[in-house]
Amino acid sequence: MRLLELNRVCVSYTPGKNAVNNVSAAIGENTITAIMGPSGCGKSTLLRAINRMHELYPNVETTGEILLKGKNVLRMNPMEVRRRAGMVFQRPNPFPTMSIYENVLAGYKLNGIRLGKNEREEIVETSLRNVALWDEVKDTMNKKGSFLSGGQQQRLCIARALALKPELLLMDEPTSALDPISTNRIEELLLELKEQFTIVIVTHNMAQAARISDYSMFMYLGDLVEYDTTKQMFTKPGDKRTEEYLSGVFG
Amino acid sequence: MKDKIFKSLLFFAAALILILTAGIVYSLVIRSTDAFARFGFWQFVTSPEWDPRPESEHYGALSFIVGTLMTSVLALFFCIPFSFPVALFTGEYFKGKKVASLVGSVVNLLAGIPSIVYGLWGFYTLRPIIISLGLNEQGFGVLTASLVLAIMIIPYASSLTSEFLSMVPNDLKEGAYSLGATRLEVISRVSFPAAASGILASYILALGRALGETMAVTMLIGNTNNIPSSLIDTGNTMASVIANQFGEASGLKLSSLIAIGLLLFLITAVINSIAKLAMKRIKS
Repeated sequence: MRLLELNRVCVSYTPGKNAVNNVSAAIGENTITAIMGPSGCGKSTLLRAINRMHELYPNVETTGEILLKGKNVLRMNPMEVRRRAGMVFQRPNPFPTMSIYENVLAGYKLNGIRLGKNEREEIVETSLRNVALWDEVKDTMNKKGSFLSGGQQQRLCIARALALKPELLLMDEPTSALDPISTNRIEELLLELKEQFTIVIVTHNMAQAARISDYSMFMYLGDLVEYDTTKQMFTKPGDKRTEEYLSGVFG
Repeated sequence: MKDKIFKSLLFFAAALILILTAGIVYSLVIRSTDAFARFGFWQFVTSPEWDPRPESEHYGALSFIVGTLMTSVLALFFCIPFSFPVALFTGEYFKGKKVASLVGSVVNLLAGIPSIVYGLWGFYTLRPIIISLGLNEQGFGVLTASLVLAIMIIPYASSLTSEFLSMVPNDLKEGAYSLGATRLEVISRVSFPAAASGILASYILALGRALGETMAVTMLIGNTNNIPSSLIDTGNTMASVIANQFGEASGLKLSSLIAIGLLLFLITAVINSIAKLAMKRIKS
């Protein structure tokens, strides 16, 4: 089933110059889709169009259709879109003034949703178990999230996004600021999370895309050059540019 | 060689500042010893009496310490509802836009207006308003002085607060937005707590400014040597009593005024160090 559908999506930072140009693609439920491409190809820009992060800044324009379960997110309330499509950023950004426990529940707190004590405990535990952080932090729940290591912080940020039970998880190079062991840990995690969530991940790391994704998009200069199963793309790319990128001719 | 000369010049300049400061403190201490020796330090600080008659000469600083704290704290209180919105306007909502820099520079202009001009304005514009409101017959007093003082410290509080708000990393704000928070929620739950100790420091520094402000306060507070019994009562601050009386003072009275000067110096030094400490904490 199609969870997310992009129809002729364009994003521009300056009028008349598209950073993302006419991208159309459909993404199925419980899959991991990797968006690859050299720096500046528009992969992060495309990802951030999905949960309408561009609207935080003036002059960024998004056109086309982005359908989440058949409804155009560009016409929804942006707060609702962002609750339904969680995001994990390049650098871990737990809220420094909140404890680990509060960080996991931050989405509820920020949205002013009140929860009973049992419900809170359950959400915190499930979310932290989902990211395999529960055993590491269950005794230091009231400590500030900023005391954790980089990899733990990033897993906390994933837990924070998962706590809102999003339909879609958008990840913007979530391991690029982490060491190889933490990266490995998060990759394993994503494969498990795929059972429950749908993930779109931007990565400049081809090997990572090959290891974890079911589908891959290759973007170049704002265009979606190729979109196929990861297996197909890495064995028999359809476009010369994809082949050159994957074989390291540029990128 | 040139480098060495330059270095020793810098060293000399730095040493000069230290010597100057030490010199100021030294002369304040030396010239206030008469008063402290006569009345005792605690006695001087805790006595509200200010009696210059030769037969019963007695001086205490309490009235002025209380007057200073009352006007400054009240001014701080009045300044918050104006300076905080300005800070949000320039440091968050309209950050980086032309209108923000316009508002910012107009507010900073307030800091450039000489104290005496504020005093004049307070005397001829604010005081009649206080009188017509029936708060006070002559319009002088703690309230009048605090209101003018509040306007005077708005730029200090708002420009620093705005700076601390705009220093909150974008990563954090985006993280909060990505969870579906509205702008107000991001400000109140993420930006404000993250900048809180800096904002606190800004207000403590503004308080420090208010403590030492002299001219406008002297013109408006009424200059009576008593502990103000209410907000509309007249009084004197440490700075205003010195400004008012140093001209005709000599002997023990002069020494007492200098002692008040020393105390004011100590209080502002302590307040400023607290603010510095708070700022250091956020930077680490």
